[in-house]
Amino acid sequence: MELKGTTTVTKPPEEVYAFWSSLERFPSFMAHVDDVRMTGPRTSHWKVSAPFDREVEWDAEMTEEVPGSRLSWRSTEGADVANSGEVLFVRAPDGTSTEVRVTLTYDAPGGGLGKALARYFGEDPSQHLDDDLRRFKQVIETGQVVRSEGAPWGKRARQEFPQHPAQPLSDVELKELQA
Amino acid sequence: MKANCWISPNKVEVQDVPDPSILNDRDAIVRITSTAICGSDLHLLDGYVPTMQEGDIMGHEFMGEVVEVGQGVDASKLRVGDRVVVPFPIACGACAACQAELYSCCENSNPNAGIAEKMFGHPLAGIFGYSHLTGGYAGGQAEYARVPFADVNPLRLESDLSDEQVLFLSDILPTGYMGAEMCDIKSTDVVAVWGAGPVGQFAMDSARVLGAAKVIAIDKEPYRLDMAAAEGYTTVNFEDHDVRSALLELTGGRGPDKCIDAVGMEATHGAAHIHLYDKVKQAVRSETDRPHVLRQAITSCRSGGIVSVIGVYGGFVDKFPAGAWMNRSLTLRTGQCHVQRYMRPLLERIERGELNPTRIITHRLPLAEAPRGYDMFKNKEDGCEKVVLSP
Repeated sequence: MELKGTTTVTKPPEEVYAFWSSLERFPSFMAHVDDVRMTGPRTSHWKVSAPFDREVEWDAEMTEEVPGSRLSWRSTEGADVANSGEVLFVRAPDGTSTEVRVTLTYDAPGGGLGKALARYFGEDPSQHLDDDLRRFKQVIETGQVVRSEGAPWGKRARQEFPQHPAQPLSDVELKELQA
Repeated sequence: MKANCWISPNKVEVQDVPDPSILNDRDAIVRITSTAICGSDLHLLDGYVPTMQEGDIMGHEFMGEVVEVGQGVDASKLRVGDRVVVPFPIACGACAACQAELYSCCENSNPNAGIAEKMFGHPLAGIFGYSHLTGGYAGGQAEYARVPFADVNPLRLESDLSDEQVLFLSDILPTGYMGAEMCDIKSTDVVAVWGAGPVGQFAMDSARVLGAAKVIAIDKEPYRLDMAAAEGYTTVNFEDHDVRSALLELTGGRGPDKCIDAVGMEATHGAAHIHLYDKVKQAVRSETDRPHVLRQAITSCRSGGIVSVIGVYGGFVDKFPAGAWMNRSLTLRTGQCHVQRYMRPLLERIERGELNPTRIITHRLPLAEAPRGYDMFKNKEDGCEKVVLSP
């Protein structure tokens, strides 16, 4: 399965590249990424939430790092879900903004886990990547993932409707939010 | 706190809800001192805007006092105790749209942007109290409201103008003004405004201050036309006259140079069969909007003129007169108002006495009577032009 997504942010390519290079920030805006830990200068360990409270993990290594223009990586042997990815950082026509172009490739495993993953991503897996990129843009441009009363969950956005009504959260709901 | 909540089509109710809290670092909490019912709230009341939910707090025209600020709010921009007017579109100030002063197209302020993108092709900004399509933000017909990006959006007031003089900077005064500004008005222009509701009245006032030679008001409610006539505008009642003929007569056969649609998707029409056609199509959802003001503005406008649309449309229209638009070199300009762009210059016009926004207020009610205010405004009872609510 290959997913492509793109967004433009009002920051120069060098700055956007630096943001993506610090992988530890990914969990703040990527819905399913629970944790990314650097294990070496070019290697990292990923924990990603999967259906039925399962978590899939893998080690990844950078395969290409061209500051200000390109990052690519792939999972190393023994990954629960073999995957690879590439991000291109292209200066936009305005000369100051950056077009971020992401390609993710997953080798969906066979068997039950593969089917569950496919269901998890739904009929429109690109939507997940688009939503992640939208939150990435919010974080790099405004500092945080934007929350409303109707959609207060940040990156744990619940796609289904109805949402929380557009009225303030109760104390119990606020505690759940902070947890 | 008390808040006016949407329950179901044609039903709003003042309910007890939790007080707002800071959800993002750049939020502020405002204690609301004055709030208003907008014509566009009637589209929500009537059930024409999708993604409304039971319990959604209504209201996007409000002002008050800052009682709490998040840790990310720049203290040089906003502090506890500041008196502020809050613009209805929520803008981040940092994206390309905000940098181009297209605040109502902010790319970051709508957490439900994915849904808006599916309907409109690109996302819309968050808007207070205006469905989940525009973010699911709690509105301002309440005692308190949370204001995101509080270091970007609210207008701080330093003068001692009354609430009623400045409240409409939140939406309808800038909206009317932008409608006139998009017309590139010249001193020789005749400007026709469809809709003599609050936004239409302010579009007329703005056309006057921008130097129009003549302003024409089109509506069917005598009290609204009287209100326009009292300001010196020429009036046309579309129940008594054929609008196109009346406009030709008033312009020596040329047609108005500039036309402003301050009505939008729920227009009514003098010709019963045309109204019925659109009403039925809208009811069976084969057309989302009833666009005959837009049609009439396009067919009435002078060749080479500008049609400026500030009435709200939500989806698709039928029988758009593309031939008239194209062959007669008309320019169509529109947008949800970029309120932040206009607040300070319009405040200065109010301070100089060039604009008197209080002239349209006909009803002052406590927040508890908001549902009655909606009824009066919707049914045009008791000469209702604009309802201001006090929490």
